[in-house]
Amino acid sequence: MATLRMREALRDAMAEEMRRDEAVFVMGEDVGVFQGAFKVTEGLLDEFGERRVRDTPISENTIVGAGVGAAMAGLRPIVELMTVNFSLLALDQIVNHAAAIPYMFNGQAKVPMVVRMPGGGGHQLGPTHSHSFEALYLQVPGLLVACPSTPADGKALLKTAIRDDNPVIFIEHESLYGVRGEVPEGDDHVLRFGEAAVRREGGDVTIVGILKMAQVAEEAARTLSHEHGIEAEVIDPRTLRPLDLDTILDSVRKTNHAVIVEEGWPHGGVGANLSTLITEQAFDDLDAPVQRVTGADVHMPYSKRLEQAAIPHEEHVVSAALATLEGSI
Amino acid sequence: MPDLPDAATCYELLARMALIRRFEEEAGRQYQRAKAGGFLHLAIGEEATIVGTTSVMRDEDFLIGTYRTHGHAIARGTDPNRVMAELFGRVDGTSGGRGGSMHIFDAENRFMGGYGIVGGNLPIAAGLGLASQYKGEDSVTVCMFGDGGTNTGNFGETMNLAALWTLPVLFLVENNLYGMGTAVERHSAQTDLSKKAEGYGIPGTRVDGMDVLAVREGVAEGIRMAREDARPTLLEAFTYRYRGHSAADPEVYREREEVEEWQEKDPIENFAKRCVGAGVLGEREVQQARDTAEETVLAAAEFAEASPEPPLDTMYESLYATTDPSGWYAVDERSPEPHRGEREESMPDTARELAEAGAAYAGRPEGPRPNPALEGDAREGTAHNVEDSGEQAVNAQEDEG
Repeated sequence: MATLRMREALRDAMAEEMRRDEAVFVMGEDVGVFQGAFKVTEGLLDEFGERRVRDTPISENTIVGAGVGAAMAGLRPIVELMTVNFSLLALDQIVNHAAAIPYMFNGQAKVPMVVRMPGGGGHQLGPTHSHSFEALYLQVPGLLVACPSTPADGKALLKTAIRDDNPVIFIEHESLYGVRGEVPEGDDHVLRFGEAAVRREGGDVTIVGILKMAQVAEEAARTLSHEHGIEAEVIDPRTLRPLDLDTILDSVRKTNHAVIVEEGWPHGGVGANLSTLITEQAFDDLDAPVQRVTGADVHMPYSKRLEQAAIPHEEHVVSAALATLEGSI
Repeated sequence: MPDLPDAATCYELLARMALIRRFEEEAGRQYQRAKAGGFLHLAIGEEATIVGTTSVMRDEDFLIGTYRTHGHAIARGTDPNRVMAELFGRVDGTSGGRGGSMHIFDAENRFMGGYGIVGGNLPIAAGLGLASQYKGEDSVTVCMFGDGGTNTGNFGETMNLAALWTLPVLFLVENNLYGMGTAVERHSAQTDLSKKAEGYGIPGTRVDGMDVLAVREGVAEGIRMAREDARPTLLEAFTYRYRGHSAADPEVYREREEVEEWQEKDPIENFAKRCVGAGVLGEREVQQARDTAEETVLAAAEFAEASPEPPLDTMYESLYATTDPSGWYAVDERSPEPHRGEREESMPDTARELAEAGAAYAGRPEGPRPNPALEGDAREGTAHNVEDSGEQAVNAQEDEG
């Protein structure tokens, strides 16, 4: 075990896979000489050179499209987009092409490409650099969607994503890049998509959180235990497509209460989807309506005061858990 | 005017163009019979541009095109039976009925796809070129797109990337004078499309797209530059589609005389005349090319007609590349019932009426705790859960700070 920051764990995943497979290469804006806008690709250019660590022009749709073409011709590109907001410029290549090609050409072409993108608020980056679009990508058949919250998961999921033959949207959280954690060493540290992590066991309420909100959920669970004597079970789905719904449903069947925490917008969000799935499949096990804690229904404001108010915090999760327990019937 | 090649090559060029012409006519007929659905974009009139291009490509080269590519696939060697079956939406189609007319694909012949998004194939072509370069292979990519495609952002982005990375790609504009119904001079400020990439460092030339030999010459030079000099170039081929943009086009934007004028330059008639006039081909061979095309196309229609509809239980096949045999890939197969689209005819009346009225469930559930974030409530900082006022959230944050 080594203690690594998330950004280091992600870099190690890429470096290990690039050593393992000549077909793997990285391209994106400022991934080479600049070492990555968030320093995730630090050191890769030195080790692998310009052929395999490629600085690109600011042309998101074409960068991703070039990744699609390269992947169709047998390479395994890792495309870095500087933020999830910028990925909207590449939405055509991601949705109409990368996700559709295997299906619309009936399996004659594969698109083994990873598109990495950081998102999330908390850094006063304002309305065009801070959003959470997990829900957007979660909706698209043909894509896989990963959203790791720990360095160990980040490394393992990224390695799996690179080895997978499907297009993967790999969402990172800007606030987690500096977070340290124990990371298993070695080439075999991979993690299957579609396996949720139970971060904390508890019998009173199930709290599901993704990305930074997985951590917030854990903090809330500690508070619930210390201050309210409530034991929450905390689940981090780790991937949204495929989704390990079984682990979540098993937990809900035990606790009969569910809270879902995400940083994204409320309408049609990750929580909206999960809440529907739980209600459809475990309605009889619920003692109260599913509670959602989401980001505010606004474009991320710059003002620190407003921005912090737009992002869920521990106390909101605690309140939601208390609310669902009070709502028991 | 380029010299005529040998008789075998002339025959092959003529036969290929005649086959595509006849195939497209039949596709149009089958569309009228409602055997082919959706949109149908025919390339009648553009055969010289297509065949001239593919005739100088190597097997290992990639061709990528647009939504008007039945002919491109056939020119590349795809079995016309399978193209027709795709138009019919049948299992033996090039995409097993999943792609349709706009999305023909044939990996074996390196026809890397028809694409329904104008300009969407350009970045992918750059990626194909990148793969050749990265692997040190000397295959090149020919990327064909329409005059309308030169106005997309992808055009500028891709030209820049291709020039910057010296990708082995020939970009070929099939300029048929109209982006759907909008004439070139009404959609492009620069009407000499061959110049549109000069600023990116990509030289361009123009060629008569109605002359199969001229196209051959132009494309061969572009391919040579891509292969030998690692230099992407742009070639503009002037061509014309006799039919509308799609089968649903009333053609109000052009005069019948204009179509007739272009038909005078017909790529097949004129090439056949020239071959016969020069004594390279005889009238009998020309007739043989037409007869073979006729037989092939009628057989393709029969083949397509006989091919089965895709079984409903194949709905989710190929959505994911399932390298993991345990099958954890997530498709939404929760409901044992047929999906709504599969049972339109037997849909309950209420559901159908609602669907027809464009109605979604708009009822307001009697939940115990409305979530302010869902109410569109603009109270300060009301991001979160029902129980929290925005002010509390803000204060809590300030306390932390």
